[in-house]
Amino acid sequence: MPQWIAATPFFLYVGIFLLLPTAIVVGGAFIDSNGLSLSNFSTMNQRFVINAFINSVVLSLATAIIGAVFGALLAYAVATGNPNGVFRRLVSSACGVLAQFGGVTLAFAFIATLGSAGLITLWLKQHGMNIYANGVWLYQLRGIVLVYTYFQIPLMVLVFLPALDGIRPQWREATESLGGGTWHYWRYVAGPLLAPAFLGSTLLLFANAFSAYATIAALVNQGSIVASLLIANTLTSEVGLANPGIASAFALVMVVIVAVIMVLYTVLQRRTAKWLQ
Amino acid sequence: MSRNRRLRLQIFRVVVFLVVGAFFLVPIGAMFEFSTRGVTEDAPRTLNAWLTIAQTPDLVAAILASLGLAVLTSLGMLVLLVPTMIWVRLRLPHLSRVIEFLCLLPLTIPAIVLVAGLAPIYLWMNLNINDSILTLAFVYLILVLPYAYRALYTGLGAIDVKTLAEAARSLGANWGTVMLRVIAPNMSVAILNACLLSVAVVLGEFTIANLLNYVNLQVAIALLGRANATVSIAVAVASLLFAFILLVILSFAGRSRARVARLEEV
Repeated sequence: MPQWIAATPFFLYVGIFLLLPTAIVVGGAFIDSNGLSLSNFSTMNQRFVINAFINSVVLSLATAIIGAVFGALLAYAVATGNPNGVFRRLVSSACGVLAQFGGVTLAFAFIATLGSAGLITLWLKQHGMNIYANGVWLYQLRGIVLVYTYFQIPLMVLVFLPALDGIRPQWREATESLGGGTWHYWRYVAGPLLAPAFLGSTLLLFANAFSAYATIAALVNQGSIVASLLIANTLTSEVGLANPGIASAFALVMVVIVAVIMVLYTVLQRRTAKWLQ
Repeated sequence: MSRNRRLRLQIFRVVVFLVVGAFFLVPIGAMFEFSTRGVTEDAPRTLNAWLTIAQTPDLVAAILASLGLAVLTSLGMLVLLVPTMIWVRLRLPHLSRVIEFLCLLPLTIPAIVLVAGLAPIYLWMNLNINDSILTLAFVYLILVLPYAYRALYTGLGAIDVKTLAEAARSLGANWGTVMLRVIAPNMSVAILNACLLSVAVVLGEFTIANLLNYVNLQVAIALLGRANATVSIAVAVASLLFAFILLVILSFAGRSRARVARLEEV
C-alpha cells in the first residue's frame, strides 16, 4: 500500500468542502443561462454595486487605520511591561476572545450601549446631551466603523505584539550612545524596523473588515450598503431576485481583492521576520 | 533609562489601559444592564429575561443544535487532522507545505464567498442525503481548520514524534496504537486547545447558517432580537461568558502542562 493513501481522506474532504465550493464560485461567475459568458460581470458597473464596493473599501480602510493605530499603542503599552506579568497575559487572552467577537453579539453590545435606548445614550440624555440630534448614526457607515474597531484593535494587538517583542533594548542604548534622542530612535531605528510589520498588520485588518458579514448583517436590516451584504442579498433575495451567477461574480471580485491583500501581507511579514525575530 | 522617561512611559501605559479598557468593557457592561431591564422605564431590575431563555423552545433547540455542532465539528476535526498531520510529519514531509496551505486557505476565502459555492452543494445534500442542521458540521470543520491546524502544529512541534513512533513500532505497536496511545497523549494540551478553539468558532458562527437557512444559536439570537430584545441580549451575554470560560480553561490547562514540563526538566 503506498504511503500517500493515508492522506487521501484529508484531501478528499478539503476537496469537497473547500475547493469544490470555491470552484463553483469561480466557475459560476462565468456561466449564465446561455452558457459561458461574462454577462454576470456586466452588473459590476451599476451604481449600487459600485457604491457597495466603495463603501466596503472605505469602511475597511477606516477601521484598519483606526484599529492599527490604537492597537499598536495598546501593544506598545503591553510590550513595555513585564513580559511574564499577569497583566500581559490578561490583555493577550482578552484580545484573543475579542478579535473573534464579531457578529450578532457585538452588534447587540453596541445597540445596548449606543442604540436609541442604550446605556450611554440614555445617560448622556439625562445630562442634556443628545448624540442622535441629527438622526441615529449607529446603523450608518460611521457607526459601523465604531463597531468594527471593537474587533480590529484586539486583532492588531495579536499580530503586532510579536514584532514589538523583537525590538531589543540594546538598539535604543546604541542610539543613545551615538548621541541620538527619542526622536532619532523612532525616526531612524525603531520606525523603519517596525514599518513593514505595521503595514502588514494594517493590510490584515483591512482584509478582515472587508470580508466581515455577520456584524453588519445584524446591524443593518435592509439594503446592500457593503459588498458582503450585496453578495448575501443577491444570493438569497427575499423578493425572488436571487441570482447565484451574479452573486458568484461579486464573490469572485471579493476573493480576488482579499487574496491580493493577503499576498502583500505575507510579503511584508517575511520582510519583518528578517530583523524582528 | 532615565527616570524622567520611565515616568512618562508609565503615564502613557496607564492612560492607554484606562481608555482602551473603558472602550472594551462598557459595551459588555451595557449588555448586562440591558438584559436586566424591566418592561417599563422605571420598572425595577429583573432577571426575567434570563429566566425566559429556558422557556423559549426555539432558543433551546438552537442552543442544543449549536452544542451538537460544536461536538461533531471538534470530533471530525480530530479524526481528520490529527492522524493526517502525524502521518505527514513521519512519512510524507514533502506534503507538509500543501497541507499547511490548504489548512490556512479558509482564512483567505471569506465565509460569505464560501457560502455562495456551498449553496448548490447543500441543496443537493438536503435532497439526497439529509437536511438536518447537523450537516453544517461538514463546513464548520473547514472553518476551524486554520485555528486547529496551528494549535496542533505547535503541539506536534514540541514533541519528538519520530522517536516516539519508532520506539512504539519496535515494541510491536500498530499504527492505531501509535497514534491513539503514544502520540496523542503526548500532545493532549494541543488537542484540547484545538477543540476549544473549534467550539468557540462554531458557537459564534452566523454567516453560513443564516444564508443556508439553518437556525443555529447566533441566528436564533438575531431572530429573537427583533421580537424580544432583552432576552436575546441575555443569551448573547451568556454565549459570550461561555466562550470566555472556555478560554480560561484553556489558559489553565496550558499552564499546568507547562509546570509538568518544568518539573520534568529538573
